[in-house]
Amino acid sequence: MSELTELTLTQILQSLRRGDFSSRELTQAYLGRIQRLDPSLHAFLTLAHEQALAQADTADERLKAWRASPDTDLPLLTGLPIAVKDVLSVTGLPCTCGSRILENFIPPFNATAVERLLAAGVVILGKMNTDEFAMGSSTENSAYGVTHNPWNLAHVPGGSSGGSAAAVAAGLAPVALGTDTGGSVRQPASFCGVTGIKPTYGRVSRYGLVAYGSSLDTVGALGRTAEDVATIFKLMSGYDPRDATSMDLPVPSIVLDRIPSLTQLRIGVPQEYFIQGIQPEVEVAVRTAIQALEALGASVQPISLPHTEYALPVYYLIAPAEASANLARYDGIRFGPRLSGEAMWDIFFNTRGEKFGAEVKRRIMLGTYALSAGYYDAYYGQAQKVRTLIKRDFELAFEQVDVIAAPVAPTTAFRIGEHADDPLAMYLEDVFTLPANLAGVPGLAFPVGFDLHGLPIGMQLMGPHFREELLFRAAHAYQQFTDWHTRRPLL
Amino acid sequence: MTLTLEEVEHIAELARLKLTPEEKERYREQLSAILDYAARLQALDTAGIPPTASVLPSRSVMRPDEARPGLSLPDLLANAPDTEAEQFRVPPVLE
Repeated sequence: MSELTELTLTQILQSLRRGDFSSRELTQAYLGRIQRLDPSLHAFLTLAHEQALAQADTADERLKAWRASPDTDLPLLTGLPIAVKDVLSVTGLPCTCGSRILENFIPPFNATAVERLLAAGVVILGKMNTDEFAMGSSTENSAYGVTHNPWNLAHVPGGSSGGSAAAVAAGLAPVALGTDTGGSVRQPASFCGVTGIKPTYGRVSRYGLVAYGSSLDTVGALGRTAEDVATIFKLMSGYDPRDATSMDLPVPSIVLDRIPSLTQLRIGVPQEYFIQGIQPEVEVAVRTAIQALEALGASVQPISLPHTEYALPVYYLIAPAEASANLARYDGIRFGPRLSGEAMWDIFFNTRGEKFGAEVKRRIMLGTYALSAGYYDAYYGQAQKVRTLIKRDFELAFEQVDVIAAPVAPTTAFRIGEHADDPLAMYLEDVFTLPANLAGVPGLAFPVGFDLHGLPIGMQLMGPHFREELLFRAAHAYQQFTDWHTRRPLL
Repeated sequence: MTLTLEEVEHIAELARLKLTPEEKERYREQLSAILDYAARLQALDTAGIPPTASVLPSRSVMRPDEARPGLSLPDLLANAPDTEAEQFRVPPVLE
């Protein structure tokens, strides 16, 4: 039944409604493929075998009842298997965040994004590997071992949503949820050759997302096509009273034309994203993809985002500062493991020192320093001001153009271990994804080619706040006329 | 800039992290390099530029002051490393 795992979300929903196969058959096909391939990929941290089959059986009952009387309501995603990054709460499944400090934590509630998809009828296959607390660009910072890139097992899948991206690329799930604080959906999507959305800040509720950098965190999704990702994005989006940053705005319908035309679309190409040191194949593939969008009717013009080079230092002060506050809650008292100590203070020091990994401790230290007395103005305060300049760059650009096209990362997937012990070199991988988080704008990554070694190359489109539909329309149009998104790794 | 060992120990104390001597030395080097990189921000003139605390328009978020169901006590205590009589059990805070 391996062909079942080749279908897109759209094809799956049509087939389940027709009764070509059951949700149980589809779920079993995925579970079988996961059991066969995941030992060499390590995309999953938890496989929800029995829970998934029970959800599939419930879906099959509903589908049967609906086929008997098609006038009744059927939730849109009834019977669709999905995978969830292990920083989002799913009732009854472990939520480790890739950390030893949550190794036995089982949340008693669902994240809102998860809850909305469950209400739409999905089957949850399991929880996906991530860099510890989503801090990283390769999944090498997971306390439970690295995920391997399905296109070349010696390479990283990107991160932090590397488990989600690898699973979609390898056909272990048709779609997966991820999160993006500095590029953690877009960069692994690019490295694994799949499509991934980082929504506008405030578009999707973060209730039930374990917090990392609260002014930057977003919940997104990865899939095989822009159409598939748009379907998941729409259902997750919208106001949630349990997240004070979620905006009470209508979620626009995303009309994806069968024969798309981009004649009204103005695309800006920022010169600052084509810098010295970018891998030549990445630049060629992205520029070729921009020409393809132009051939579909879009107009293309050069633009400037002059403060791009400052995004990296700004991010690596603001995100660690917020993380140092958010991660203060892990103290070994109310959840997680507790190391012994004579007094309360000893428990805090011992548990945190032992159970946090190297990168998490590094960012907590960096953030604590940036917020500490005497250094606050020079580091955190200055970073927040430069963030305003970066945000203004985007506001000015979007007076001239509708969307911005750029590479997702300066290189294709690097080798496992290539940046070990050089955190700054690892941080430089995020140079093109951080600005969208700092400005709060949406970004959509999708495959536009391969390098000489057969590793995928991704492009991102960024748009104004709450204009995700522009990104989906352009990527969908591109995918109607190209086949990069249909390529699959040999496994 | 180069952080001193004492500064690293002070940050670790503030962050409630017990570090080994090797970790202290590694973080001293790595944090110094990252802060050096971040120093380029100082060169930008930000006089008159307001800091961005949130990318969203600032607004007050209110909700009705009504009691709502929350998590049950067994659910809340299920993940705790040590409990007693429906409470979190901890060592003495004050001797």
